[in-house]
Parts: sequence; structure tokens; C-alpha cells
Amino acid sequence: MLYREAGQFKTSYGADQQIFPIRQDRIAMAAILAFFFVGVPLLANQYWLQAILVPVLIFSLAALGLNILTGYAGQLSLGTAAFMAVGAFAAYNFELRLPWMPLPVSFVLAGVVAAAVGMLFGLPSLRIKGFYLAVATLAAQFFIVWVLTKFGWFSNYSSSGVITTQKMQILGYAFDTPVRQYLLVLTIVAVMAMLAKNLVRSSTGRAWMAVRDMDVAAEVIGIRLMHTKLLAFAVSSFYCGVAGALYAYAYLGTVEPEGFNLDMSFRVLFMIIIGGVGSILGSFLGAAFIVLAPIFLNVTAHGLFAGNIPAGLASNLELIVFGGLIIFFLIVEPHGLARLWQIAKEKLRLWPFPY
Amino acid sequence: MKRIQRSLLAAAVMAAVSAPAFAAGEQYVGLPSYRVGPYAAGGSGIFGGMIDYFKLVNERDGGVNGVKLTWDECETEYNNARGVECYERQKKNGPTGNTVVHPLSTGITYSLIDKATADKIPIISLGYGRTDASDGRVFPYVFPLITNYWSQNTAKIKFIGSKEGGMDKLAGKKIVNIYHDSAYGKETIPVLDAQAKMYGFSVTHIAVAHPGNEQQSQWLQVRQAKPDWVILRGWGVMNPTALKAAAKIGYPRDKIVGVWWSGAEEDTIPAGDAAKGYIAAGFNVAGANYPVVRDIQKYVYAKDKGNMEDKSRVGSIYYNRGVVHGIVTVEAIRKAQEKFGKGKPITGEQMRWGIENLNIDNAVLKKLGAEGFMPPTKLSCANHEGSGLVKFQQWDGKQWKVITDWIESDQKLVRGMIEESSAKYAKEKGITPRDCSKEM
Amino acid sequence: MQFFFEVLIGGLLSGVLYALVALGFVLIYKASGVFNFAQGAMVFFAALTFVGFQEVLPGWLGVEPGGAAVFWLALILACLAMVVLSIATERIVLRPLVNQPQITLFMATIGLAFFIEGLAQGIWGANVRGLELGIQDEPIAWMAERTGIFISSFDVFAAVVAGVLVAVLAVFFNRTRVGRALRAVADDHQAALSIGIPLQVIWRIVWAVAGFVALVAGLIWGARNGVQFALTFTALKALPVLILGGFESVPGAIVGGLIIGASEKLAEVYLGPMVGGGIDSWFPYFMALLFLLVRPEGLFGERHIDRV
Repeated sequence: MLYREAGQFKTSYGADQQIFPIRQDRIAMAAILAFFFVGVPLLANQYWLQAILVPVLIFSLAALGLNILTGYAGQLSLGTAAFMAVGAFAAYNFELRLPWMPLPVSFVLAGVVAAAVGMLFGLPSLRIKGFYLAVATLAAQFFIVWVLTKFGWFSNYSSSGVITTQKMQILGYAFDTPVRQYLLVLTIVAVMAMLAKNLVRSSTGRAWMAVRDMDVAAEVIGIRLMHTKLLAFAVSSFYCGVAGALYAYAYLGTVEPEGFNLDMSFRVLFMIIIGGVGSILGSFLGAAFIVLAPIFLNVTAHGLFAGNIPAGLASNLELIVFGGLIIFFLIVEPHGLARLWQIAKEKLRLWPFPY
Repeated sequence: MKRIQRSLLAAAVMAAVSAPAFAAGEQYVGLPSYRVGPYAAGGSGIFGGMIDYFKLVNERDGGVNGVKLTWDECETEYNNARGVECYERQKKNGPTGNTVVHPLSTGITYSLIDKATADKIPIISLGYGRTDASDGRVFPYVFPLITNYWSQNTAKIKFIGSKEGGMDKLAGKKIVNIYHDSAYGKETIPVLDAQAKMYGFSVTHIAVAHPGNEQQSQWLQVRQAKPDWVILRGWGVMNPTALKAAAKIGYPRDKIVGVWWSGAEEDTIPAGDAAKGYIAAGFNVAGANYPVVRDIQKYVYAKDKGNMEDKSRVGSIYYNRGVVHGIVTVEAIRKAQEKFGKGKPITGEQMRWGIENLNIDNAVLKKLGAEGFMPPTKLSCANHEGSGLVKFQQWDGKQWKVITDWIESDQKLVRGMIEESSAKYAKEKGITPRDCSKEM
Repeated sequence: MQFFFEVLIGGLLSGVLYALVALGFVLIYKASGVFNFAQGAMVFFAALTFVGFQEVLPGWLGVEPGGAAVFWLALILACLAMVVLSIATERIVLRPLVNQPQITLFMATIGLAFFIEGLAQGIWGANVRGLELGIQDEPIAWMAERTGIFISSFDVFAAVVAGVLVAVLAVFFNRTRVGRALRAVADDHQAALSIGIPLQVIWRIVWAVAGFVALVAGLIWGARNGVQFALTFTALKALPVLILGGFESVPGAIVGGLIIGASEKLAEVYLGPMVGGGIDSWFPYFMALLFLLVRPEGLFGERHIDRV
């Protein structure tokens, strides 16, 4: 009833190809964007903005990057955090060494550097597949972190190897309050998500999906494997690189190479699997789940058990429940949270008169 | 999107429901602890000791001038992002907000420096964190208290010199520095190089990749080099593995000197007999035979209110380090109350003054029952380190035995390097250092 | 030259230890196509359970700690715990996920890893413990005297254990009924089912055997580095071994382990100083990558033929 496509006629190819062909989707999207751009800055306090929403958005962007590679192009990668590190350190060095460079340009260039590195480490994918490739991307993970730690140039020879980001300023406008930082991150993430949404339904996206489903078949129908796979690595790493730059600039302020460890790569992988492999929406849902669930559990555990059981046991229970939740979600809905939303849409279409 | 909102809502409700009630008139300290994961042993020991000391102050003295201490824990899993969330969650708790942060992780410390400075909440990073933050002119809100890595390293060379029979005997000696290949591990390389030049010994740096659970190739290199001493700068599983590997190539353990993060029971017990004779630096000692620890037994554990699940760990290195955390926190609160009003909870900003003007001399230590337990510590506007003293302890196969008195560090060398590094940081960040002559 | 051999032999012996962890992965992947990321957590859980029982048993039984009886009883109990864990995993995690894509199963094992890590430290606490198997981890004296090569008796012992384990597993796979059924399952789930092989029983057995391998690996690694959370990191050492040797091959795990162990040590000693050292974090992965470029399914992995 509420979610009915009937009666929405398309009279041109342009209308048929628009990104949200259903009116309700467009309204919902506009409402959501309005809520996050206008409502949240008015309502949320600094804790929500800085400790919850900014990391969720940044990780959504990284998950989006990984989802392009894994969900759309079918190449499993465990090196996400390393590509984020490349982005963070690249942006820092651009700003440090070329101080006249506007910040957005640095972010884009950071993404480009990450894309180049990603392409380099994507080369083995031409020959190696599946879990073999996943373990091979671990080489990228460890190697990049090692390089950033080992060679002082990347951190401007700071004695401890950490970088402290410069102040964020665009055209003289300083992004120094939580609300401004949040809006900056939100804008970048929203724009890039929209781009990704368009990209995956373009011929490039369709080529990726063909490769994902069966690369031999894709090759037979004339898709250039090398070009397609490397492009997927490049675009994915670009997203991760920008996410890494935001992680350093808009979230933590000071980062060390070891902060971008394997654990973080896994976290991003969880996000896309819990959220939905091959789904833009899923990247956001997954990131929200993986960032929020441990915090939620922590708050709950402290609320429930405060003082009654030893703190160590409470913390371990959190971990157990978190692991259990992941398994539970996979069993209940192996296609991720995004799939739940699709099911809900199907139901809404017929509601209130299902047959 | 729906799901995000729903879970946000649920979390918000939960957070509201379970926000612990802190009574007015109490002094709140938020503890971003970690009790799971690879470093859980350290986290549970140090936070256990700190909480037990807070409990002791509450039970025995009725708080600081009648102001009871209150705290809650937030699990960080030693993860930077979780640590930031914990900090943000805890900073407004209690009647006067969070008093002081003990991040107990170098990574989290780095992530918090900007935020805490903006929020006017001091960070105490006791024996870890950013070394050049010892320069209080550039880092007004950061306190790498008691001693930092560079100071400790100069004390180590002094110790080695005394073992060799004088600093002039160091010339021509060979030292190998085995370090954890990370920001933490690399930090002492420049100071060692500077000292090597100063005293004429040679130093070889050998990196061990994280986590360091396999070090055979590194120790074979040590055997090739035949050094007179080995400096071990490890963390976590790297330490027992190093001691085992040393035993395997027959390198004498009493020629290995470790940093304080390599010198706890957790580092030696897993290595078994291989650890016997191994020496490590420490700014706190092991043992339950100090009045302060005995008081904790008497006032806290006798009433079954202790925080440690495993009571045998009371008096261990990590536990006692937690007690030191507790002592400096409580003494700084006391100091701040002297200025800003006794019997009232203080704010983070006032706490900052309290820490900066902290003066724990031997008389105070004696009163606290901690003489010889930790070094005397006196801070100032420029000097946020406070002491620079370490003792050396040797593992006898069962426990840590103190083998030296407090050894002084080479502040002349260290201070110069710190100021150089902090000036660079100030320039990068556009900070104008405070003028300490104007501070009171 | 003598130093070269020392590094080489040391590397080969460590390689055997990597292979020990890799074996657990191989067993499960072979039989159920699951890349079991929880293997590292299982190693930790097994070792911690063993040490935990060693601590509490003397109190329960009223005997002196450190006796042989306590050791063997703790070993049996730890074994039982691993079997229970394996059966529960099969029942609760794997059975509902039959026929799901590999990545979903992989993900589930990561959830399982969290679960097991929390469970292990929740039950036994976060303390770091030592583990004594009664074998000296010191150079064999006569060898050091005659050849100048230092080889630890413990490493030799570990290599022998790993060798025996592989031999037993090889016999088990090739000579017993269960082993044959297992290979049938590995070949083709559906075909195996259709000729009446009970898939679930087979899976339970495989997971239990992998649990046992984890226990052995946990004891040996625990005795080397102490029983602590870092035991889960041993999995990272096993991954390059796996890709090099092939996910499905037991001998591949051993050969892969030897190659990785030796090359990692030689690289660290001879190449490391040139670039600043610490390269053994990534060198094994590059090594494995090089091999993969020649044989994309690993040295002993099964060659897959893609048909459109």
C-alpha cells in the first residue's frame, strides 16, 4: 500500500534509468539525507557526533570500498586497513610537503595513491583466486604497515613514528568543531556513496559482477579480466584511502601505522558480510552494527552486572555475545542486514493485504 | 537506515537507563580498561591495583578530605577507536566530569591528546605514551609521569656502566638492542645512538616483527654479534619468547636488560627456567611487603572487596604499578583540593594544576607507606615527567628481586632531545609553548 | 657456512611448528570446505584448558601438583573439552550453514573465534601461565661441542611429535574406513551423501581431530612461549604455510612449513639487515605469493578446472 510502484509510469529512457526509479525511494532518501544533514547536527550531542557517528560513517566508506572489491568484483581482500593507512599517510604527506594544497585535493590524491598501491597488490588476482588471494592480500597488509613503520620519511621522522594531522581547513573555513567535522565527513561519504551506487549499475559495475559470478565465462563474453579486476582494486582502494585519510583527519587526529592492523581489516570485512555482500546499503548497516554492537554490549553489561560479577568476566561475556551474534546473524540471514530490508520492502509492497 | 536508527535508539535508551548514578560530592575517575585480548593480563593487573587503591582510600580514609572516589570501567580491548569512544562516553560522568584519563595504551594516548587538551581533562600516561610530552610547555594536559622511555634508557646505560666498573669502561663494548618493530619499540633508537657516540660503545638494533612469537633468526644474529649486553625492548609475548630464544643460543640472561614493559611476572613465568637471572628496569617494585599493599590486604581484601579475581597477583609488578597509578591520582587530587577548596570535588582543569604541582617526596611516600615502592616525584610547568628514576630488578626464578637503588637518568641528554622533538611538534601544530615563568 | 646451516636447520625446525598449526586448517578445509579462522583460538583454548586443569586438579583430587597423574588427567580432560567444543560447533554453527557460500562459513568461524577467545579467558582468567612439558629447551650439548651448531632438544622433540602426528593422520586418512569416507566427503559432498556416508558424523570427527591437533600445537607452542592470548597469533604463521602447501594437502602443510620456516629465517638473517630488519612479518607471504604465481592452487593443492 505504502510502498507501491503501480501507477508510476516511465515515459523516457532517462526516467527509467534514474538511480531511484521508485518515488517512495526518492522521498525516503531525501528524508534520510535531510535527517542526517539537518536533524542530526541539531539533535546530537558531541558524544554522538564524535564517538559514534563519525566513526560509523568513516567505516561505512571503508566498507563501501571493500564491498566494491569483494561484493561486486568477487575478489576477497584482507588488506583494507593497509590501504586506509596508505590514504592517511599520503594525505598527511601531501599537506606537510605541499602546504598550499587544499585539503579536499589532498584527500583525493591520497585516494589516488591508495588506488595505485591497491592496483599493485591486485596484480596477483589475475592468477590467484578465492582464499588463496585473501591470504595473498595479507602480504599487502603486513608489508605496507612495515614500510610505514620502518621508513621515517613517511612520518616526517617523528621519533615514535606517529603522525599528527594538520588542522582541517578548506578555503579558510576551519573544521574544528564536532558538528563541522561530522558534516564534512557526511558530505564526503554521501557523495562517494552516490558515486558508488551509480558506478555499480554502469557497464563497469556489470563487468565486475560478471567477473564475480564466473571469471572464465566473463572472459569468454569479451570482458577484459585484467582491466576489470585491476579497476576494481583501484576503485576499492581509492575509497579505502579516502576513508583512511578521514580516519586520521576527522576522527583520531593522531595515528600510528600499527593502528591500521589486521584486526581492523577483519572488522571492515565483518561489516560487509553482516551488512550484505554486494550492497551499498549493506555497507552502512554493517558498519553501524560492527561499531555499535560492542559499545552497546559494553554499556549493557555494565548496566546489568555492575559490581555483581568480576569486571574481567563481564568483558569476556561481551566478547562471547558479540561472537555469538555474528554467528546468529549469519544463520538467520546469510545475505546480511541489507537483505532484511529487501524482505521488508517486499512485505511493505503488499501490506496491508498480503496474499 | 531503519536499522541504524533503531539500534541507535536502542543504544541511546540503554545508555540512558544504565548510566550509573554518581552521587554529588564524589570525585569521578573514568577508567578505560581492557580485560580481554592479548594484553588482558597487564590490563587486569594495573586496573585492579588502581581500583584497589581507590577502594583503600575510600575505606580507610573516607576518601580524599572526605571526598569519596568513584569510577566506572569501559572496555577498550586495547583498540584506539574503542578507547576514544570510552573517553567520550566517560568525560561528562560524575558531578565534575572525568577528572583524569589513564589510557594505558600508547595508541589511545596519542588519539586522545588533542581531544583531552580541548576538553581540559589531563592525561596521565605513566611509563608509556608520548615521550616528548614531558615538555609541559607544549603539552599542558599530558603527563608521562615518573619516567619516560628515553630517561629509562639512559638509566639502563648507567646501570650497565656500573656493572662494567664505570662509565669509562663502556668504550669498545658491544650492545645489541632487540626491539619490537613498532612505534613503541623504535622510540629509544635515537637516544641509544646518541649515548653510543657519547661513551664509545657500539650498538646494533635488531627488529622483531609483531607479535614476536618466533625470534630464532634474531637471536642467531645476536650470537653472531657476541654482544656484551642485550637491551630488550619487548611487549607481550615477545618477552618470554626472547628469553627462551636466548637460552637456546646459550646467551647469559643476566646480561639482558629489559624495559619495564618486559619486566613483569607475566614476561618471565612463561619462559620458565630460561628467565632466571634476567634483569629489567622498573619504576615500581614487586612485593606485597610494603605498608600500602598490606593496608590494601587489611582494608579491602579482608572485607572481600578486592578487585583481583586471582588474589595471588596482589603484589605482582603490574598490580603494584596499578597502585602507583592510584597513588599519583589521589595525591594530585589532594594537591588540587589544597588550592581549590578542601572537601569539594575538583574539575579536570583543577586536576591539571594538581598534577603539575605534584610533589611526592620521601616524607610523603613514607606517610603513604610506599617508601622504596616508587620513586619520589616532583613536577613543574616545564617538566611533566617528574622523576626519571628507575630501579633494576632481577628474576630469581620465583620472583623479582630489587638489585639496585633508584638510578638517575641523564636528564641533560634526554631533556635536550625532548625539547627538540616537542618544538618540532609545536611548529607542526602551530602551538605557542606556554611561558613557564608566568605560571604559578 | 656453519652459521648458514644453523639458520637453515633452525628454520626447518620452526617450520615444523608452523606446519603443526597449519595441519588443523587443512583437516577442516579438506573435509568441509571451511576455512576455519577459529583454529588459532582453538589452539589457545586447548592449551589454556590443559593448563587450567593442571592448576585446579590437584585441589580437587587432593594430590600434589606437578605429578604425572595430574598431567595425563589434565591432558585427557583437555582432549574431552576439545571434542565437546567440536561437536557443539558442528551442531550449532555448521549444520545450519550447510550449502552457504564459503565466505559466509569463513565469517562464521571468525564469530566462533571471538566466542572461543571470550570463553577461554572467561573460564580460566587472563593470567599468563607457563607450561612445562619436561623437555629442556636448550642446545643439545654434544652437538654444540662437535659441530658448533646449536640445536634445541625441544625443537627436535617438537619436530618428532609433528612427524608422528602427520604419519598417524596419513594412516588414518588412507587406511581406515572413516578416513576413506572422509576423503569421499572431501571430494564431493553430495555424492558422498548419496552413497550413504553420514556427513554430519564425518564433520564431527574431523573437527574433533582438528581440535586434537590444536591441543598438540597448543601444548608445544605454549611450552615455548607461555600459555597466553598470543597463542591465537600462531594462526598468522600458519597462513603462508597453507597457501604455499595448498589448503587440501596434509603433506603440503609439512613441506610448506619447511619451506616457509627456512626461507623466513634465512631472509631475516641475510636480507633483513639490509632493509632494517623485522621483515619476517611479511616475507613468508611474499614467498607464498611467488609460489602461487607459478602454481595458483599451492604446491600440493588440487588443480581446479573451470568450466563455463
